[in-house]
Amino acid sequence: MHPALQGLITIIIGVGGCIGYFYLSNLFIDRVLFPATGKNAGRNINRANMVRPWLFLFPAIFALGLYLAYPVVETLRLSLTDRSAGGAFVGLANYRQMVSEPKFWEAMSNNMLWLIVVPAASTAFGLLAAQLTDRIKWGNIAKSLIFMPMAISFVGASVIFKLVYDARPAGQNQIGVLNAVWMNFDGGVWSIIFLRILPAAILLVFAALMLYLIYTAGRPIVDRNATRGGLSVWAILLRGIAVIGAVWLGYLALKSVYSVFTANLPFGEPQNWLTILFWNNFFLMVVLIWIQTGFAMVILSAALRGIPEETIEAAVIDGANPFDIFFKIKVPQIMGTIVVVWTTITLVVLKIFDIVFAMTNGQWETQVLANYMYDKLFRANDWGVGSASAIVIMLLVSPILIWNVYNARKEMK
Amino acid sequence: MAELKLTKLEKAYGHVKVLHGIDLHIEKGEFIVFVGPSGCGKSTLLRCIAGLEQITGGTLEIDGMVVNDVPPSQRGIAMVFQTYALYPHMTVYDNMAFGLRLAKFSREEIEKRVRNAAEILQLTPYLDRLPKALSGGQRQRVAIGRSICRDPKVFLFDEPLSNLDAALRVATRIEIAKLNESMPDTTMIYVTHDQVEAMTLADRIVVLRGGYIEQVGSPMQLYHEPANLFVAQFIGSPAMNILSSTVTSVSDTAIEVDVAHAGKASVPIGGDVSLNGKPVSLGVRPEDLKIAGEGETPLLSGEVDIVEALGEVTLLYVRMEGHEEPIIAKLAGDAKVNRGDKVDLTAASEVLHLFDNDGKTLRIAQQKAA
Repeated sequence: MHPALQGLITIIIGVGGCIGYFYLSNLFIDRVLFPATGKNAGRNINRANMVRPWLFLFPAIFALGLYLAYPVVETLRLSLTDRSAGGAFVGLANYRQMVSEPKFWEAMSNNMLWLIVVPAASTAFGLLAAQLTDRIKWGNIAKSLIFMPMAISFVGASVIFKLVYDARPAGQNQIGVLNAVWMNFDGGVWSIIFLRILPAAILLVFAALMLYLIYTAGRPIVDRNATRGGLSVWAILLRGIAVIGAVWLGYLALKSVYSVFTANLPFGEPQNWLTILFWNNFFLMVVLIWIQTGFAMVILSAALRGIPEETIEAAVIDGANPFDIFFKIKVPQIMGTIVVVWTTITLVVLKIFDIVFAMTNGQWETQVLANYMYDKLFRANDWGVGSASAIVIMLLVSPILIWNVYNARKEMK
Repeated sequence: MAELKLTKLEKAYGHVKVLHGIDLHIEKGEFIVFVGPSGCGKSTLLRCIAGLEQITGGTLEIDGMVVNDVPPSQRGIAMVFQTYALYPHMTVYDNMAFGLRLAKFSREEIEKRVRNAAEILQLTPYLDRLPKALSGGQRQRVAIGRSICRDPKVFLFDEPLSNLDAALRVATRIEIAKLNESMPDTTMIYVTHDQVEAMTLADRIVVLRGGYIEQVGSPMQLYHEPANLFVAQFIGSPAMNILSSTVTSVSDTAIEVDVAHAGKASVPIGGDVSLNGKPVSLGVRPEDLKIAGEGETPLLSGEVDIVEALGEVTLLYVRMEGHEEPIIAKLAGDAKVNRGDKVDLTAASEVLHLFDNDGKTLRIAQQKAA
């Protein structure tokens, strides 16, 4: 039979089956099981109405149970058994083996790195794009362009970026954009400006930003009079964490300024970007940031539009400059949406698989948890350790998912 | 504290002119109300004064200094918005302190000013609350408090009461009146479409229409001596009745007119002889009409269409031959008139208003009291 015909028949059977199920079961309950006639008519109507929701929910609950709840339980069971021993129960042996593998810890730490960088960068770029495109004439065109990567599959995007990072031997034409640009640097004036002074300036600005963050977050802890009414324990803890994080990032930035100037850059040699240890993680993250920025921008742009114009005008009259308006008036008002966007991207990042699989397959220390799981389950055929890592991913995702749903619901109210 | 001078002030969006050269002088400490129908440019004019809209022509002076290009925060103004415009993520205290913090006031000074404003507006118990935990009236008080803190030279109100319910509106209106009395040096400019607010609050009312000033004057002046047909019909509720008439004779002391489909009237104002035979409009306020007694010659007569008994007053909608609009008469609450009755109405000649063909008042009629 022609495949198109097959598809058509499948659709007809599927849709017809659904309609048939709802229609016929409804008919059955009203006519046969609890007929609304005779002396028990009133009682029967009540009973039919009590059963009806469950009747209609049944297909969805059944499908969810079969494809969601059952696999979770089964994975948990598999993670406690050993395949080579014929599926015998081995307790936590798989988990013990997993945590003893350096590759697992590499995946864990890489995942954490992704977790910090990608949601932060995507949300920040998305917010920036949303704010900048809000008031300009061609803003909508810019938005469409920034949003477009959302339509590309992760694997497709990975292929595109593999070409961007592509390297050919020196002397040949570089087809990778990054190397084509790189080959133009020769250690001259422009190289110093673009590769030493510019990055150093960016790092210094970042360090200054961190210093400001330390000041704003830390002042209320030290100076009790700065905020009225004092701070709760949680607020102090949260501010403390922010200060420590900012100190660490600021220190890293300042230290990097030094290395930017001292680093011995291999001018004139095409680089295999994806094999540069540690930094290759960032080259992979760029792909996801490129995709997720559009998502963040669209949601945040809608949120920015929802801010009442009067509050901004009131701030203008109060003497606020554009930075004050953005950071003290606009951002706090859309904080709920920012959190939802942030956590949604965090969920995507925790499950990230396709990009790493398609670009490096976890080589050169770029392994992540989902790819590790795939490796164990389908390459090493070790369902025990594979399931164990799947459970780890689930445990990491669950709290963020719950928080995300909670926040999204709060936003909808 | 400040004196405002608007000279040929214009505002245009592209080719669309919204304000056509506004000339206005506002004395220091005055309470000025801009009124007009929607779309008349009253809010735009206020926003031009605030600096939220760029002035496209003419000048705006505050205390003798041209401030066309001075940013809003440096004009010494404060503004209360219709929708309160409180910062939803800040407490009442922070809402009021925000502008002061930006202006780098000392912490003690901020505390003092906020406490003071909260005291005046009875907001002290709510200082740590977020705006969403306040009622509409309290929110508007916070918005007013935020303005008081700034200690402005000019206070701007953009329809501050229109989001409140009727009872709260009256209460808040009285509070604004009190506030005005307690700050005799502060100039206040108030935009509204509600003529009751305008009449009760204003030292002077500015009536705007289509981007032009129609008349500037005290509330009583506008009521008794409207400059033209528009102001006459805009001020007063229900609106003034207009009867098309023809001048029959003009003398030094009176103009005699023949009202179409009705009687004759003599308006005690001297006029130009050239008016003789010209069409004019005769205006008479509903509250000035009364049922003609025995022997009196009625000004007009007709059939009562609707009777609205409001208790204190009774409104009659009288259908008159040759008139599309019903004639409205405001009678005492105990007037015994039924629907379908034929009534003869009359009015004292001193309270009649006469407008020429262009709608301009023909020398203002003598006031009742005078």
